[in-house]
Amino acid sequence: MSMNNQGRPTQPDMAEGTVKTFTGNRALMLEEPLIFEIGAAEETGVDFEDVPETESRLGGLERNQPIGLVGLSEPETVRHYTRLSRMNYAIDLGLFPLGSCTMKHNPRLNERVARMKGFADIHPLQPVDSVQGALEVIHDLGEWLCKLTGMPAVAMSPKAGAHGELCGILAIRSALEARGDAREVILVPESAHGTNPATAAFAGYRVEDIPATPEGRVDLAALEERLGSDVAGVMITNPNTCGLFEPDMKRISDAVHAAGGLVYCDGANFNAIVGRVRPGDLGIDAMHINLHKTFSTPHGGGGPGSGPVVFSEALAPYAPLPFVEKQGDHYVLIEEETAEDHHASSFGRMVAFHGQMGMFTRALAYMMSHGADGLKQVAEDAVLNANYLLRSLEDVLDAPFGASGPCMHEALFSDKGFAEGFTTLDLAKALIDEGYHPMTMYFPLVVHGAMLVEPTETESKDALDQFIGALRSVVERAKAGDETMHGAPVHAPRRRLDETAAARKPILVWQEPEQAEAAE
Amino acid sequence: MRYLPLEPSDRQAMLAKIGAPDIDALFADVPEEARLDGPIRDLPNHASEMAVDAAFRKMARKNSAAADMPFFLGCGAYRHHVAASVDHLIQRGEFLTAYTPYQPEIAQGTLQMLFEFQTQVARLFGTDVANASMYDGSTACWEAIVMARRITKRGRAILSSGLHPHYVSVAKTMARFTRDQIVHSAPELVAQGDTDSLLDQIDDDTSCVVVQYPDILGRIADMSALADKAHAHKALLIAVVTEPVALGALTPPGEMGADIVVGEGQSIGVGLNFGGPYVGLFGCNQKYVRQMPGRLCGETVDAEGKRGYVLTLSTREQHIRREKATSNICTNSGLCALAFSIHMTLLGEAGLRKLAAINHAKAVRAANRLAEIPGVEVVNDAFFNEFTVTLPERARRIVRTLADQRILAGVSLNRMYPDEEALAHGLVVAVTETTNDEDIETLAEALEAALASTREEVPA
Repeated sequence: MSMNNQGRPTQPDMAEGTVKTFTGNRALMLEEPLIFEIGAAEETGVDFEDVPETESRLGGLERNQPIGLVGLSEPETVRHYTRLSRMNYAIDLGLFPLGSCTMKHNPRLNERVARMKGFADIHPLQPVDSVQGALEVIHDLGEWLCKLTGMPAVAMSPKAGAHGELCGILAIRSALEARGDAREVILVPESAHGTNPATAAFAGYRVEDIPATPEGRVDLAALEERLGSDVAGVMITNPNTCGLFEPDMKRISDAVHAAGGLVYCDGANFNAIVGRVRPGDLGIDAMHINLHKTFSTPHGGGGPGSGPVVFSEALAPYAPLPFVEKQGDHYVLIEEETAEDHHASSFGRMVAFHGQMGMFTRALAYMMSHGADGLKQVAEDAVLNANYLLRSLEDVLDAPFGASGPCMHEALFSDKGFAEGFTTLDLAKALIDEGYHPMTMYFPLVVHGAMLVEPTETESKDALDQFIGALRSVVERAKAGDETMHGAPVHAPRRRLDETAAARKPILVWQEPEQAEAAE
Repeated sequence: MRYLPLEPSDRQAMLAKIGAPDIDALFADVPEEARLDGPIRDLPNHASEMAVDAAFRKMARKNSAAADMPFFLGCGAYRHHVAASVDHLIQRGEFLTAYTPYQPEIAQGTLQMLFEFQTQVARLFGTDVANASMYDGSTACWEAIVMARRITKRGRAILSSGLHPHYVSVAKTMARFTRDQIVHSAPELVAQGDTDSLLDQIDDDTSCVVVQYPDILGRIADMSALADKAHAHKALLIAVVTEPVALGALTPPGEMGADIVVGEGQSIGVGLNFGGPYVGLFGCNQKYVRQMPGRLCGETVDAEGKRGYVLTLSTREQHIRREKATSNICTNSGLCALAFSIHMTLLGEAGLRKLAAINHAKAVRAANRLAEIPGVEVVNDAFFNEFTVTLPERARRIVRTLADQRILAGVSLNRMYPDEEALAHGLVVAVTETTNDEDIETLAEALEAALASTREEVPA
């Protein structure tokens, strides 16, 4: 291996006897060009019948310029995307300890049921009599969510967690406006997910931070001090982003209610308590549930998600359209036209059609598989796995809240003790070479060089032990100042990528080489 | 339980390592009043894969699948053939069970796919750039309106009467909270859209004009004049495309001067899915790229100079900017974007053009056939694969009557505009490559018979 003058490797880890290949491939590690570099405009992987003879009725707006697309035959297409897929890390390959993201196994039964033609091949505007089974799924999933959270109502249409947050905050604002009590501030703990303040601001609120105690909890005294007639509510995450349960949650809710505000709970971390604790018992008014976290619908490389929101009695009347109701043994869809009789105070529609049906079928199949007893075991095993990691690592890795008691489903560490010049990023990239996706880095912001580790309940003890071994190894290297870590990863399809250059002069679409050159 | 690998002996060993007497000790922070004494009541316990599969089959059978009958529904969701390889490829675990590509060295598969997707969308729309997708068309449309406000610093958005009513509802809901002004009226059952009236409404307070192409009634109009007038008043033109297959045959909005083009990508590779998950498409001009919402994938190089891809311009996003972010959106619709991109790759330029030509030709045949029925009139002069007819009676009744005969005839405008009595006789009919001549004939005969029988029941 050649080294530059900082002692960093400048070549990928070239073991003795490794030769440079003609293709740039290394056995099963295969390079793949862009479709635009291998396809052609006239090539196609789909056969069609001949176009029927008719007159054109396009109103003189026929396209007369090439689109600029390329096609590939089916074998080339399958190979292209299969090769790309192999450059991804995924839960199916190994432990994915991304804190706050709940990367658990995605059961394949869920994929099967979502693809049944009675769910996958029905149109959202079919007459409701022809989609009774689909409405039944939405209704039943809503019932499960209400019972699991101890809340009386649910809105099913939000498309993802942040959309659910928005739904909850809009319901809070609608309820306050309905009682003629315009308030302008939402309080958010400083450890909150970035989406919380973004959502509150989008809904027109001013955002103020609530500090945390040295133990990593919401500072109840500071919160009580700040509450007043201008505070619409709080957005709180429980279990919180430090991986801890908020023991004062009920007192927080009571204090907010006493001051005339409402309580939004970010349900991103519901996996720690599902089946064991009902948020409704803690006095919250609204909470979104990430079906793609707790209820195992696949993350898909960044969506689609689904973020239903459960509501208290106080907020239920303001829930968005549409929703499904059971009337006798018939399911009805409450939309704009029917809303007047039923839900006149609904704040309106957030999305076209009825929500993420494909996620509903998957999540319901998951819930039915686990049942009430299995879901309780999910929470317990998730918490057990995280505490096992915490206690197996805290002798080598600083756990800032390790003395605060047990963690919930994720364990938080800091970069304290790393050699000068060694960062959480170095450790994360070294973990990649060990065959793991890194943990969540630099979040929450309240801890220096934060590492948030969430193993989930779908890891075996052996898998955890191997991960602990790998993590201990890279921590020891970071503490010892092993310079090779700055060059990690060396075994991944790519070395560290230049994100600064990408942002300085963004290249967001492919251009033919001659055009790209002309643009220089 | 089949999804939980820990054995009782593992749990004991792990509790011993932790130093906890039992699992309850790990939940000691839960206040007394919220502790449960066992699994939640009123919910069933665990079930086998076989039992859950059977329960879903039973529910699925209660739905009428589009494949099983003549099917003519559109209005923002379209039935197209999806190649078998699309569904196979998106189920590869490395795509299906990956997270957002925050660690680019081990997510080049997702990132390269997103870069290809962005390029495909931009070229289809005729815009300079596109993002890595949004939740769906309706949310993409609202995000475009917000983006126009950020750029123009004005809050008056003019929505065409031809914009999908759900998209209008979403904008109106959101605008109530953001204090944006939304100008909109219901469509009329006439051959031409509302271009002239939109032109009259554009002024110096206007942030944007939003037009759908083809519109909710299937009509197609040149938007160049709107672009010119909007630009003369320093406002933006936003085009909304709910049926992207149309752009295989039609001049793209970008070429007619649209500054932002958004759309619903469902009809390419995704499937109907009762309304979701779908995939929002979002393209715009290069000069507005830093005001764009959503995730963006960009090209760069790695430490060895090899080409690679990363998420970029994240300083617009909520995890960095918090309350100053361009949008609160966190997730995109990655797997649906992948399905869109694979299907587009299979089609290619030639395939998409042919698909579009077949859609249009079959729709023209259907329109001609339905126009032969006494009392039925085709509203549109121009259309792509969807057109509106007026019936001599309320379309909703006819839709229900035909559904009972296992024919899904289209979307009644009464379903979309319950308050607009003037639209109650309108029926929107969509025809795609999946529709055959026999389906069209079945619809035409059943429609004629249904109209004849109600004429007998209710003498004029």
